[in-house]
Amino acid sequence: MSSIAHTQKRGFAGTVWDYLTTVDHKKIAILYLLAGGFFFIVGGIEAMMIRIQLAVPNNDFVSAGLFNEIITMHGTTMIFLAAMPLLFAFMNAVMPLQIGARDVAFPFINALGFWLFFFGGLFLNLSWFLGGAPDAGWTSYASLSLASEGHGIDFYALGLQISGFGTLMGGINFLVTIINMRAPGMTYMRMPLFTWTTFVASALILFAFPPLTVGLFMLIFDRMFGSGFFDVAMGGNTIIWEHFFWIFGHPEVYILVLPAFGIFSEIFPTFARKRLFGYSSMVFATVLIGFLGFMVWAHHMFTTGLGPIANAIFAVATMAIAVPTGIKIFNWIMTIWGGSIQFTVPMLYAVAFIPSFVMGGVTGVMQAAAPADYQFHDTYFIVAHFHYVIVGGIVLGLLGGAHFYWPLMFGTMLSEKLGKITFVLFLTGFHLTFFIQHFLGLMGMPRRVWTFLPGQGLEAGNLISSIGAAFMAVGIIIMLVNVVITQKKNIQVGRDPWKDGRTLEWSLPSPTPFYNFKQLPLVRGLDPFWIEKMEGKTEMTPAEPIGDIHMPNNSFVPFVISLGLFIAAFGAMYHADEGKGWAIPVLIIGMLVTFGAMLYRSIKDDHGYHIHKEDLLDDAGKGGTH
Amino acid sequence: MAAEQKFTPRTWPESPEQATLEGKNKFLGFWFFLGGETVLFASLFATYLALKDSVPSDTHAKATDLFELPLVFLMTMLLLTSSLTSVFAMYHMKNYNFKKMQQWLFITVALGLAFLGCEIYEFNHYYHEYEHKFTSSAFGSAFYTLVGFHGGHVVFGLSWIIALMVRNAKRGLDLYNAPKFYLASLYWHFIDVVWVFIFTVVYLMGMVG
Repeated sequence: MSSIAHTQKRGFAGTVWDYLTTVDHKKIAILYLLAGGFFFIVGGIEAMMIRIQLAVPNNDFVSAGLFNEIITMHGTTMIFLAAMPLLFAFMNAVMPLQIGARDVAFPFINALGFWLFFFGGLFLNLSWFLGGAPDAGWTSYASLSLASEGHGIDFYALGLQISGFGTLMGGINFLVTIINMRAPGMTYMRMPLFTWTTFVASALILFAFPPLTVGLFMLIFDRMFGSGFFDVAMGGNTIIWEHFFWIFGHPEVYILVLPAFGIFSEIFPTFARKRLFGYSSMVFATVLIGFLGFMVWAHHMFTTGLGPIANAIFAVATMAIAVPTGIKIFNWIMTIWGGSIQFTVPMLYAVAFIPSFVMGGVTGVMQAAAPADYQFHDTYFIVAHFHYVIVGGIVLGLLGGAHFYWPLMFGTMLSEKLGKITFVLFLTGFHLTFFIQHFLGLMGMPRRVWTFLPGQGLEAGNLISSIGAAFMAVGIIIMLVNVVITQKKNIQVGRDPWKDGRTLEWSLPSPTPFYNFKQLPLVRGLDPFWIEKMEGKTEMTPAEPIGDIHMPNNSFVPFVISLGLFIAAFGAMYHADEGKGWAIPVLIIGMLVTFGAMLYRSIKDDHGYHIHKEDLLDDAGKGGTH
Repeated sequence: MAAEQKFTPRTWPESPEQATLEGKNKFLGFWFFLGGETVLFASLFATYLALKDSVPSDTHAKATDLFELPLVFLMTMLLLTSSLTSVFAMYHMKNYNFKKMQQWLFITVALGLAFLGCEIYEFNHYYHEYEHKFTSSAFGSAFYTLVGFHGGHVVFGLSWIIALMVRNAKRGLDLYNAPKFYLASLYWHFIDVVWVFIFTVVYLMGMVG
């Protein structure tokens, strides 16, 4: 394993084993993309079922109980298992290359983070086949979730706990990577915006996930181990869950949207062929949004009864977030202004994002006014608002990012023609689905209802909304077709496929060598590759002579550690059931597998290996064969 | 400097835990991890304060009934001293004196185990004398979760230090395991700091009612 020679063609089993044991951030990115994409489709199917059920009044396409399970799983899946991992896919694929690093700081932990997320998501979704999914909403408020029968909520609490550990590790890994692994000359204020947003989002992960961990532990203990945190009869307090959930949940919104902002901040300058307007104010706004994101959680709880003082403080703090967000919006517009614009698919998504997201932001400020929120609370107005933010911000970012970074990740270019069809269908469908929901909400339609009655003026709006959802579904199907056709044709596009790449990731040969940079690049300013190109060069100026490169070994241990927790979760879940004496042994065995694997990792020497200088010089094709 | 290189006390670098890139990364990453752990314990403290003395009926024991300072004082001393001995161990690590480092780590582990013994006795005492259980009241749940999470950290920290001592007993110090020893001792300090807060918030504030 000590040279480039081991990267020859392998059989199918060899490829699978390679991905099961990989610690290469570029391959982990592909794993995140595949798993996140899969869960995105699962969540999408759940969304379609919701819209079919609500297309006409008094519908009985699904039962009321099943409807609760579907809405719960739709929200949970989309946030935790689709949006987050898809963003992690781009962070892994792009961020290390953007800062000129050969690797992330903790390749092993990076792999562990993926497998924990994957097994957590798998566990959560197995609930469909093992007695029913969680049904207390994605927020799983404690009184309701304690009353829920069956094991649905147990799947929720344990599954999210496992995948949450993975996310936390991913966050720490990105933070250390950005601080310690930057190429010579890559100062903080020369970092691309996507790296900056990854940095701030990772910091948010670090401080937002532990409260969720504690909240989930308490839910697990209350449901499975007889404690009384949320049980009022035992002296408990159900509001504690709401606080912890939203102390996590509100920063989570920014964990998701900031990287999407970052993707757009890369797309705009590339296709306007102009440097990002107001770079330093963009960095400042990103950090400020991250900070304020922790100060506003109680705006989700205006109607809980915290009192006028608390509501007023949180209302003002919430409105304050609109300021840095507004700075960003204007900067993006000014970036396009006077540029030599090219309307590629990523650029279309970026341009469409601005008005879409602004609409979500405006309704957000409306809800920040606490007295008005008493009217909006728990209506479809809220549903419309957060879909405008999440779909109009994050999903457009993910779709735009997928088209933009596809050549970097796979060396091929998605069809622009099919991409534009997807874009038109998806954007039309999105506004068709959710714009009307503002009015449904203002007319009094509560969210999370299984069905509605005829003759209350809600029929037309709901039907339009469902038709819009079908548009989005068709758009996504065409995108999948696009992916299949592109990968089947497999036309390699080479270095800098958009011709106007500005940052380091585009300076690399395609496909990216598995050691990323043969020589670390010298960064001479913001948009370093653009600077070199303006001086007539085609490659970065190296900052070091060619020398040996240290690489980490592949490892199967992350998979085993995660598998152990997956097994243990079944034991924890079933131990209180009658006639399931096997549960406690399973819990113990699972934990032994996890801790045993950790001990093995800790005890065994793993120094990695070196790619020797001679092999690098021989590697004349400039790229590896990966 | 390569992780496998052999050293003498003269050539041993000044900050061996950060002499390699891997060590630097671990150092920084672990501090971030402790940042996350701080939020975790802050959440547990908040829960405890919200649910302190929150019991279903007056027959249940409350904080003023339960806690006795002598035992908790002993536990505090044990843990504080173990933190000091781990500092001595790291002093010898930085001077490339493997044998003395192992000796001080051994004392650290012994003190940690004594602390753990006291905690088990304490929990057992509350459980049987006062019927103060994890499942008896929200107060009990919050108390055992907060103090138990800390105890769980002690167990993990002890296992970690013991594993490092055993693994490296024959190998001695190098730049590959120096960061590991350093981080284990950092973790041990963190556990100690959390205990200082538990001592204050749970026990001292519990005594005054």
